[in-house]
This record gives sequence, C-alpha cells and structure tokens, in this order.
Amino acid sequence: MSTQNLESAAVTNTVENTTESTVGTARVKRGMAEQLKGGVIMDVVTPEQAKIAEDAGAVAVMALERVPADIRKDGGVARMSDPDMIDGIISAVSIPVMAKARIGHFVEAQVLQSLGVDYIDESEVLTPADEAHHIDKWAFTTPFVCGATNLGEALRRIAEGATMIRSKGEAGTGNVVEATRHMRQIRSDVKRLGTLDEAELFIAAKELRAPYDLVKEVATLGKLPVVLFTAGGIATPADAAMMMQLGAEGVFVGSGIFKSGDPAKRAQAIVKATTFHDDAETIAKVSRGLGEAMVGINLDDLSDNQRYAGRGW
Amino acid sequence: MSATPTIGVLALQGDVREHTHALERSGARVVTVRRPTELDTVDGLVVPGGESTTMWKLAEAFEVLEPLRKHIASGMPAYGSCAGMIMLADRIEDGVQGQKTIGGIDMTVRRNAFGRQVDSFEAGVTVTGVDGGPFDAVFIRAPWVESVGAGAHALGHVATGERAGRIVAVRQGALLATSFHPELTGDTRIHRLFVDMVKGHA
Repeated sequence: MSTQNLESAAVTNTVENTTESTVGTARVKRGMAEQLKGGVIMDVVTPEQAKIAEDAGAVAVMALERVPADIRKDGGVARMSDPDMIDGIISAVSIPVMAKARIGHFVEAQVLQSLGVDYIDESEVLTPADEAHHIDKWAFTTPFVCGATNLGEALRRIAEGATMIRSKGEAGTGNVVEATRHMRQIRSDVKRLGTLDEAELFIAAKELRAPYDLVKEVATLGKLPVVLFTAGGIATPADAAMMMQLGAEGVFVGSGIFKSGDPAKRAQAIVKATTFHDDAETIAKVSRGLGEAMVGINLDDLSDNQRYAGRGW
Repeated sequence: MSATPTIGVLALQGDVREHTHALERSGARVVTVRRPTELDTVDGLVVPGGESTTMWKLAEAFEVLEPLRKHIASGMPAYGSCAGMIMLADRIEDGVQGQKTIGGIDMTVRRNAFGRQVDSFEAGVTVTGVDGGPFDAVFIRAPWVESVGAGAHALGHVATGERAGRIVAVRQGALLATSFHPELTGDTRIHRLFVDMVKGHA
C-alpha cells in the first residue's frame, strides 16, 4: 500500500469513529518529526551526557552505547544498546529519546519500542543484521528514522514505513564532506523530478528504484514527503548551519559534541547556529572560544569497508 | 487594519512551515519571527509545536523572551499549539528545572501529560464556538491543561477513553491555545478563528 493510501486510510478510520482514539497513525509518526524541525538531536552515552544535551537546548537525544567515533576505533560488531542504559537516559531527561537498531534487526526494534523510546533509528552506524531486508517499519507504533545517500534510497525507506529521513554522511569522522554530498544529491534529485512530465516520472521511478506514487508525490511537493535531517560528520556550528542552508530541516550531531573539548558550550553553539543558520554574524559569535573540536578523519584515510554510508541500499 | 493581517510565526524551533501554510490558507500574511525587532511588525503571533525547553532556551539566549512577554501583556493576540500552549501558560508542571514561559493565559499546563510517542494519538475533539463537527485532533507527546483560572475558558475536552474530560483547548481574550496540532491536518478552522481574532482585535 502506498503511504498516501495508508495515510488516508488512517484518517477515514478516525473520522468514522470520532469517539475512538488511535495511536501509531502515519500523521502521528510524521507529525512527531515535524515537531523536531529546526532542532539538534545529540548522541549521548550516559544519563549525565543526556542532561548536558537537554540543558544545551537539544530537541531530542540519541541513546547509544558508544558514539560512532568509538565504534570506529574499537571495531567489532556494534549492536543495540543495553536496555538499562536506555532506561537510565529516558529517566534522566524529559525531551524525546531516540535509539538505534541494526539495519534489518526487527527484534532490536521491538525491544526499543517496548522500552518506550520515541523514535527508532535503523542505522548504518551499527553492524547490519540483514543484508537483503530493512525492517518493515509499518508494523510498529514507534516511528522510524533512516539514513539515505540519495532520493531513491530515501523513498525506499519511506515505502518501508520510515517517517523521517537523515543524510547518512560518514558518522564518526567529524568530517562534513559526505553529509554535504548526500544533502546536495537529495536536493538535486528532488529538483530534477520537478522538471519531468508525467511520462518521464514513470522512468524516473524505475531509475530511482522507488515506488511511482512516492516519486509523483515528491515531484508535486518539491520536497520529501517526510522531514529531512542531516547527519554524519557535523562537528561545528558552521557545519550545522551549512547543512541547514543546503536544505536540511534539522541536525543530528554524533561524536562531534562529546568528543570535543567543551561539550556543553559546543552543544549550545550548534543549537544556536541551527536556528540562525542564515545569519553569519550569529554563527561567528557562537563559534568563538569553543575549545578543541574533535580531531576528525580524512575520508581518503578510510578504506571502503570502513565506510558506513555503503551499508543499506 | 487592512483586510489582510500580518501574523508572525515564532521561528526558533518547531513546525513553523505547517503553521505558515495554515495561516496563509486562512487569509493572513505570514512572516517568521526570531528577533525582537521582527515582533514589532506583526498584528498577531503563533507559537508553533516543537520542544518547549528548546524554545525557552533560545528565546532567552537571543533576548526575545522579555519582548514577547511585553507584547502579549499589552494585548497582542497569540495562538499556541502543543509546545506553543506550554509557552503561553502562566504556570507549568513537569517542566525542566527553571523552565520559563511567555505566559499570558491564566492556566496550569502539564508538559508531556499524555505520555511518550508510543502514546501519541488521534481523537475527536469538539471545540466550543467552532462549527463543522469535531476536530480530528492529532496529539504528539502532548500537554494537557490541569486547571484554568478565572479569566480563561476551556473550549475543548477529550471526549472518551481514559483521558476523557482533559482540557485540550483554551481561550483567554485574544489568546488561544490547543494541546493538539490542527496545522498537521489540513483543517484550518482553528487558524481561521485566530485570524478572525487578530482582525477583531485591531
């Protein structure tokens, strides 16, 4: 079923039963992401870090066991976090808490839903659990965010039930170059659809390997049908602002905050720069005296199997 | 005032675009507001849905909280949905330590009262004074109103279920607030009501 049909089915359902209440509808899931727009979602590994993020003005935190920079360093299989750790973070803050499941690992997702996390990130930063299938995200009440490097990938995830998309970038590098590439790619793919006629849209759907209904919807809207955030290498206020100017509706910051010299100050600065992304004076002001940024990795120093963006398809 | 009022949407964080569209469809000219000077140019203000703690911190950091309070106190019409309702409340429960609001409506609002995202829901809500049947109301980690003071009127309640009777829409003079998000549904009746309030206020 296309997302449009599903959405209208949910609407019909509630109109017929105005005294009933329904959870987990497409509008409730997509609407949650709309509330996060213009905000910064920060990776945290302890309740203390979660408090620092909340105090800095984060709109949500991403609870995980190790930030991507440490996953890179440590190697091995990266999995869903310990439920105790997620519980600890949920009780430490009052803002939404997200958590990561491995690509295709629907049982990790079931566990995260049972813990009451507010959004599940089916994430390439963790080691994929299935090399053919992503999670059937329609089966869940909890909404999902997924990574994408281009429009076709984004629409395939939306067809599977994702209600929020983020650029993949290259997590744990502190290097924004891949996030830039993915944001520009998605933007230019969307623009291109707007220039096509009806007959060409069928071919575009085939080329994008995405459902025609969604391709048509993007061509009409001039944007993705769900919220688009950026992720993967954002380390400075200027990085965040650049992504916003490239069309991101909000920012995920992973290792960039808690791998820096003064996390609280940097976190606040990135929050401010995201809101005032089109105001260079404000970005300059908040960029002063932030201390050490995370060291970062040049992408040329990563072999193909060290790149996370290629995970998922 | 001219037939087309200018309404500002507080654009610190949240679903600014959805409110902008709903207001434009309801006959308003819309501008975004992030700075005190921008507040001087509008006839009314919408505080969008989003994260109230983030909005509060940004409003304080960029010195727009006091100007917002001043404009509301001197009678500027305002409408807030969800986090916007929290921002327009005189008193809040379950906020973070030290959390401040703009205030203006004599009510106590409980933040995240309806629960986490897994509990977010759609339900029918009838709003007093708005014709056309119940709203297909969308609640997202939504607040509810614990109590309203003498000057404020409860306009809408959850009809049935375990949350029956909870106040989810309030008006006090030129100030309006809903726990739910009409901006996400394409139903512009609340925004039309607010545009009329702004026109009537001039």
